[in-house]
Amino acid sequence: MDQNKLLVKLENAGVYRSSKWLVRGISLEINQGQIVTLIGPNGSGKTTTAKMILNILNTDEGLVTGNANKMAYVPQKINIDWTMPLRVIDFMKITSSLNNTQITESLVMTGVDKLLYNQIHSLSGGEFQRVLIARAIAKKPDLLVLDEPVQGVDFNGEIALYNLIKEISVNLNCGILLISHDMHFVMSTTDHVICLNGHICCSGSPSNVVKNPEYIKLFGEHNSETLSYYQHQHDHSHNHDGSISK
Amino acid sequence: MFDDFFMRALIAGIGIAIVTGPLGCLVIWRRLSYFGDTLSHSALLGVTLAYAFSINISLSVFIISGTVALLLLSLQKRTKLAGDSLLGLLAHSTLAIGLVLIGFLSSIRFDLMGLLFGDILAVTVEDIFIVWFGGLIILGILFYIWKSIFAATVNYDLAAAEGMKPDLSNFIFTLLLAGVIAISIKMIGALLITGLLLIPAATARSLSSNPRQMVILSILVGIISVILGLFSSLELNTASGPSIIVAALVLFILSLISFKRSGALQK
Repeated sequence: MDQNKLLVKLENAGVYRSSKWLVRGISLEINQGQIVTLIGPNGSGKTTTAKMILNILNTDEGLVTGNANKMAYVPQKINIDWTMPLRVIDFMKITSSLNNTQITESLVMTGVDKLLYNQIHSLSGGEFQRVLIARAIAKKPDLLVLDEPVQGVDFNGEIALYNLIKEISVNLNCGILLISHDMHFVMSTTDHVICLNGHICCSGSPSNVVKNPEYIKLFGEHNSETLSYYQHQHDHSHNHDGSISK
Repeated sequence: MFDDFFMRALIAGIGIAIVTGPLGCLVIWRRLSYFGDTLSHSALLGVTLAYAFSINISLSVFIISGTVALLLLSLQKRTKLAGDSLLGLLAHSTLAIGLVLIGFLSSIRFDLMGLLFGDILAVTVEDIFIVWFGGLIILGILFYIWKSIFAATVNYDLAAAEGMKPDLSNFIFTLLLAGVIAISIKMIGALLITGLLLIPAATARSLSSNPRQMVILSILVGIISVILGLFSSLELNTASGPSIIVAALVLFILSLISFKRSGALQK
């Protein structure tokens, strides 16, 4: 699949804000039909990296190049002011002119077609998340960036949405950049994993990354085992922050 | 039927209401009411300069308010002061400079009340031309950038990521706001313009379920406020600018009552 079109390329890119580097030395490529996943602890620069790719943030160092024609974004957090009356159908059309068939089709895919005329403010967190994903895929992008796309979605819905994302990358033959905490999904469907912590700690295929000492240092041995075998025995317990207490 | 001066006031007032409708919605959605206040306070300086150099009031106000608006945009990026402090700083310092300058221009007689609260009954045919011509230009540009400015209002990141050029449309929108203040200062006055931007749009909010509806309703509510305000001003012999704002307020209160009754949007 190497002859697939290069959609975006970062070369040694970095963002400097408030007298520190949010991320630095990021080099990566996303090609057509490829799913690239960013993982890393809080504050490691995942969203910042996504924003560089989407041209929302200008880089202070390095280069962003690419030839994606149509990019679509599912942001991690979006707040719509209550003063604006906005139905799902209006929200679907904010950055592109879609007809009702296109809108309904993609809402059906994410399972929220019944909410077409509901006010955005009346949706639950999970419903809104599905609308966000539907909006992004409705415009048939060639590069889709998803920042924690399934937050607030119930467990069964989560699996369905992840399957949908995989399906989209095949059907639309688009490139996908995914920021995710869901290691099972990362393992089973991602082509390329990038482990971030202000810089790229390690990257490669999922099975290689979990064996990387940098990864193990960041996420702990147990996580690595989870990923390699999809199951693990509990020989420890977790603190609230996810660290391990033996 | 009516006296000429009254017809002129009516025609100009309706023209202003048509422009403040959509801009007022954007001001409310983007939480820019303080921003509007700052621009209109600085407009007083524009008026003073217009008198001092005998140039057209609307032109001079547009230049001053536009400059203040651009200054604000660039200061917001550079200083660590919170947005509202910066707005207050500019609003009051430009207002003060305007008033100090008025003191220097003692040879010219000023109707300070007229500047602050507008004098819709002194509208000339030239003013009508300025309102409608300027208003059409503002609406034309707004129509052209609507998709982009609307996307940026819903979410900046989405708009930026998906090629809607939000920075450019923010910049243009700011100038349009200065423009609407420039065409309406003579009739509504520096202290009341924000009221005509905000109140009809706020009234429309509780009655509408989508953005387009809210824009159309806020234009209608603005027009009704102008008509009611002017008639009551004629009947009761009250100042016209404030009468329009009071009429708008009455409509707002009525909309709240009907909103509560019907329970619209409760879904």
